[in-house]
Amino acid sequence: MATVEDVYRKHKPKAFSADRRPSSFEVWSWFFMRISGIILLFLVLIHLYIMHLIGEGVERVDFAFVAARWQNVGWKTFDWAMLFLSLLHGANGVRVITDDYVKSPGKRTAVKATLYTVTGILLIMGTAVLVTFNPESGG
Amino acid sequence: MTGEDMELTTREIDVRLRVLRFDPEKDTEAHFEDYTVRAQPMERLLDCLHKIKWYADTSLALRRSCAHGICGSDAMVINGENALACKVLVKDLKQPITVEPIRGLPVMKDLIVDMDPFFQGYLAVKPWLITDPKEREPDRERLQSQTDRARYDDTTKCILCAACTTSCPIFWADEEYVGPAAIVNAHRFIFDSRDRGGRERLEILSQKDGAFKCRTAFNCTYACPRGIKVTKAIQEVKQAALFKSF
Repeated sequence: MATVEDVYRKHKPKAFSADRRPSSFEVWSWFFMRISGIILLFLVLIHLYIMHLIGEGVERVDFAFVAARWQNVGWKTFDWAMLFLSLLHGANGVRVITDDYVKSPGKRTAVKATLYTVTGILLIMGTAVLVTFNPESGG
Repeated sequence: MTGEDMELTTREIDVRLRVLRFDPEKDTEAHFEDYTVRAQPMERLLDCLHKIKWYADTSLALRRSCAHGICGSDAMVINGENALACKVLVKDLKQPITVEPIRGLPVMKDLIVDMDPFFQGYLAVKPWLITDPKEREPDRERLQSQTDRARYDDTTKCILCAACTTSCPIFWADEEYVGPAAIVNAHRFIFDSRDRGGRERLEILSQKDGAFKCRTAFNCTYACPRGIKVTKAIQEVKQAALFKSF
């Protein structure tokens, strides 16, 4: 007599083949989106308040302003956290949308490769600027 | 009920309908056809479709079985929203009433769609009681407390009509997504104290086309003719998958 498992194996949906290794990547990427979203909400609002609202707003932001601000390791960490979280949050969002709408496997790989490369370059460049910033060098 | 109300419910009125028709043997694309039938305001949309099929145009193809909101055969897009034709009354619909097949599944003819992708998603979550082979098979029914039974009561109401899955914008874009109905039916077993397949189902739903494709659009909750809190059930499944992964 055929068991339910036999029926399942015979009519098994293509997308859920049993030989796919169980992975919790999607679980963690979903959790990351929730947590980073909440943190970014605060980071971005504080950033907007400091850069655009208080004092003369964005008009006063120049090299000297940034140099003074980055004397403080706390603000460097703040800016790096915002860079890291917003890039990864955004890139993961585009990855998920790509899975939804880009059907052809070739195009999907190309889109994702471009996405990961651009994200990686921006993250490295941003981090390099923050780490190697020298207030004496310009102005 | 006053005499005037009574008259309103029994007096026949003209009901105008616009039905999306598609015959794969003749048409290259679907087109609307207009019909006017006589019906009482308290009659159901399904009665109007019957009147078209039985007296005006016998070629109209539609699915219905019980006609009382239990079998889940006659889900369709009615005035732009997913509903069962046997559960909506003429008096509650703005005329002309537009009737289209549910979206995201291939149309076979008129209001009939190919339900295979939908049932594949359903099958993917193994919607049956999974027992532990190492546990001794009980010689009487598996008992459960009322509290344990209440835990998954909401998701037992599903009639697999596909109104939720075919209202989901993610399913429209990507039919590989298991869809809300499959997750609701996984919920029904994951939170059943007698079931031992919870972990296996959560692993299936943690895959790329599983529960985490849900973006909480809430269309499913709005569409469900059984009033199941579909989005809530999906979120509970995601939460269970997350806590399992820690």
